[in-house]
Amino acid sequence: MGEVIYSAKPLWAVLVSMVAAFLILLTGDKARNLREGWTILAALIKFGLVFSLIEPVLAGKTIEYTLINLLPGVALQFRVDAFGLLFGVVAATLWIPTSFYSIGYVRTLNEHAQSRYFFSFAMCLSAAIGVAFAGNLLTLLIFYEILTIATWPLVIHHEDESAINGGRKYLVYTLTAGCILLLAIGITYSLAGTLDFVGGGFLAGHGSPGLLIILLIMFIAGFGVKAGIMPFHEWLPSAMVAPTPVSALLHAVAVVKAGVFGCVRVILFVFGPQLLHELGVWTILAGVVAFTVVAAGLLALGQDHLKRRLAFSTINNLALIILGVSLLSKNSMTGGILHLANHAFMKITLFFCAGAIYVKTHKDHVSQLDGLGRQMPFTFAAFAIASMGLCGLPPVNGFISKWFLCLGAVETHQLVFLFVILTSAMLDVAFFFPIIYNGFFKKPLPDVAGKIDEAPLIMVIPLCATALFSIIFGIFPNAFLNFFNIVRLAVTNVLGG
Amino acid sequence: MIDQLPALIIVAPMLGAFLTPIIGWRYQHLCYPWTLLVLTIPLYSAVGALFKVIRSGPFGYNLGGWAPPWGIEYRIDYLSAIMLVLIATIGFLAAVNARPAGKTEFKGKEAQLYTLFLLQITGLLGIVITGDLFNIFVFLEITSLSGYGLIAHGEEGAPMATFNYIIIGTIGASFYLLGVGYLYMATGSLNIADLATILPALYHSKMILVGFAFFTTGVAIKMGLFPLHIWMPDAYTTAPNSVSTLIAPLMTKVAAYLMIRILFTLFAPDFAISVVPVATILGWLAVIAIIVGGVKALAQTDIKRMVAYIMVAEVGYIVMGISVMNRAGLTGAILHIINDACMIFCLFLTIGAISYRGHGREINHFQNLSKKMPLTMAAFVIAALSMCGIPPACGFFSKWYLIMGMITAGQWIFAATLLGSSLINAVLFFRIIEKAYLAPPESQGHNHTDHEAEEIERNDAPLSMMIPIIMSALAILLLGLFSGKIIDAVIQHAVPAIF
Repeated sequence: MGEVIYSAKPLWAVLVSMVAAFLILLTGDKARNLREGWTILAALIKFGLVFSLIEPVLAGKTIEYTLINLLPGVALQFRVDAFGLLFGVVAATLWIPTSFYSIGYVRTLNEHAQSRYFFSFAMCLSAAIGVAFAGNLLTLLIFYEILTIATWPLVIHHEDESAINGGRKYLVYTLTAGCILLLAIGITYSLAGTLDFVGGGFLAGHGSPGLLIILLIMFIAGFGVKAGIMPFHEWLPSAMVAPTPVSALLHAVAVVKAGVFGCVRVILFVFGPQLLHELGVWTILAGVVAFTVVAAGLLALGQDHLKRRLAFSTINNLALIILGVSLLSKNSMTGGILHLANHAFMKITLFFCAGAIYVKTHKDHVSQLDGLGRQMPFTFAAFAIASMGLCGLPPVNGFISKWFLCLGAVETHQLVFLFVILTSAMLDVAFFFPIIYNGFFKKPLPDVAGKIDEAPLIMVIPLCATALFSIIFGIFPNAFLNFFNIVRLAVTNVLGG
Repeated sequence: MIDQLPALIIVAPMLGAFLTPIIGWRYQHLCYPWTLLVLTIPLYSAVGALFKVIRSGPFGYNLGGWAPPWGIEYRIDYLSAIMLVLIATIGFLAAVNARPAGKTEFKGKEAQLYTLFLLQITGLLGIVITGDLFNIFVFLEITSLSGYGLIAHGEEGAPMATFNYIIIGTIGASFYLLGVGYLYMATGSLNIADLATILPALYHSKMILVGFAFFTTGVAIKMGLFPLHIWMPDAYTTAPNSVSTLIAPLMTKVAAYLMIRILFTLFAPDFAISVVPVATILGWLAVIAIIVGGVKALAQTDIKRMVAYIMVAEVGYIVMGISVMNRAGLTGAILHIINDACMIFCLFLTIGAISYRGHGREINHFQNLSKKMPLTMAAFVIAALSMCGIPPACGFFSKWYLIMGMITAGQWIFAATLLGSSLINAVLFFRIIEKAYLAPPESQGHNHTDHEAEEIERNDAPLSMMIPIIMSALAILLLGLFSGKIIDAVIQHAVPAIF
């Protein structure tokens, strides 16, 4: 790989929201505007910092910053490569609309414990950026565990019985996963003596095939819990009791994406395509994930609760990302990694819409939405755009990533996976389009207002913006943030040449 | 002056202890500042000694100018230096913390409290600093006797618990003394460094084997290793809050230090592997200790008793790290001695503060505690997360090294036990965090919490409790972040070079 730049920027990008978190806590409920000011300020600074890293990374450089040595040969180290940057950019970008949206959401609903809410939110973002920029497995694990803990107060936010149960379930799954990861990382370290991510993997030539396969299973199980790979997905729908902006950013973007991110890191940067081909396990891995894709899609059909339906759609899409990566061909990897970014924009829009509907009408079931599109046309339009994208319809960005996924499946000559991807798209149509149809065309329920009456502007604008960006990135994948180039570079880093 | 540092570490608190009753005779209220003043001396000297060791390696100090092996030698190497700093720091902070609770718990007997307090610290420091086996016994007895006195002042049931502790503790001390006797009979020496050179020739002598058995059993009693832990939960639960903060974190750790000394300095490391299979036995005892401690802790609703049982498990962690006999494991064990002392210290401090503010120790009565005592609970959460092994708290790093030790040794069951235990800890502590941070279920805390929050009065711990609490919580985070530094500078030199 190319030149290495030593810069503290990644560290600042992590720290800025951690500092903001404590300022939020100190400011407290007394001065709400100042408190929200910290959130917005931190979000903008973080975006600026992350954005400034795009150019050097695209020029083939790596940004590195070592904090302290944790073990011989393993430091608390940030190393920004193309793949990490992609995740970082997505998280940092989407924090801005989410911040505005959150403010509107908690104030309209007059939520309790708002300081705790914004504190945990900022901590999560800090940890997510840490996960993105981590230069080795141990650093990744450290931020991953912080993310686990920081999310818990958000999951139990409502403090009622279902929230507490959801929180417990969440902790049981994720902490157990953390333990498995710790063991897996320990074994990796004892085998290879290093934990630094290398494009194309560093485990080749260490350990027996049997041990490596067990290790892979441990890693995928460990990261797969957060990524909602079946059978470890149970916590995700339960965690949907959290406030909607939380579900939006954390369960569609930061937390579950951290799980996917970890899986991809392990597949491509620890094991590497070469080794996985030699071990011959990639088809099994792809098979397990493909099962999740289809099963989650089928389960989504049966959900009447809107957010639960979205949760299953999330599981479906996350598995799709991992499927793309585990097919190990150039185009499938491109599609998978690109989908990591594209899905984030679409899914956050959908959750924003669900939240806006809830704030305005206190409705959260699909069957209650008849005719609501006439009252909330912008919200429903955004919902339509995002769901079209998830179905893979152009010109929304989901089309591009799914196109590459299909190309990749064809390349590997495993048509069954092509079939899985297409089936998943069909299922997407089946569970999203009825919502749109009911919203716009069915006879309105009696409580639907006759005129346009949307949620507060501070919520509608972010959701329209993310929907708009989904289209823009569909037509110009390289607009503003250079997503497509970053993805291409990440794939080149893995495959070489 | 600087050459006399090692002597000052012991002499200052000991003389201080003897002067305390005289001061307290007339001016009871002066005992507290006097104790703090006295304790700054070992703190300063211990830090000085640590820096000296880091700078120029281990050094000895001949007490009274008598050369070893005839005279008593104070021997400060990397391991004892860091232990000295640990004991002096926690001792000082525990003394800062002692006054508010001590006022009621030792009503009218504050002079006695501080006298025994200083003696306790003298004993703990002495065990660590001395390089003489019999001298260790003397300090062990100073520690134990002052400990009995302090614990017996506790709540209802404390005298009984102390009585148990005296019986078992005395057996432990006698075993230790017998061990010393056997070794002395065989070699004629009491100096550890001297013995270490004489002993290898005698490894298969029955006398040495018997001595070794007495040593390990005696020390295991003192450190509360399963199945010799039965005195521990009762003694630490019923002990006065002003005192348990001192004894609980340090006594077991000093005993663990002693075990490391015996297994790795006094005897050569492979003695415990090839001559007698002590390492294996200790390892499996540790597994049982961790499981039993965790399960018993799950059954408690008294938070102090729960932590006391967790300590049984934590002792298991340390012994497990020792038992695998490799570099990573021993590094983890030593690191865990330091980390666990801080975590247990922080937990006992917060428990003391919570009781002091009248919220008792019953976990089920902790509702809304986070609003009443926000800083105390914040510290509690940090310690709790560290116990569960969540980074960047220090518990994560000792767990990492211990796991690495288990992997290197190929002890998969040990590794699984360790991981399972941190999950049990998560259950234990999140149960409390849920209670303390979430509104009680009947209020369904949604829309009317704003005015409810005003009703709950914020009444955090008094300043003299708050300072140690915050310091220990910060220490947990800093020890975690700088664990690499600590290992580089100190612990890696404390591990025998042959690993």
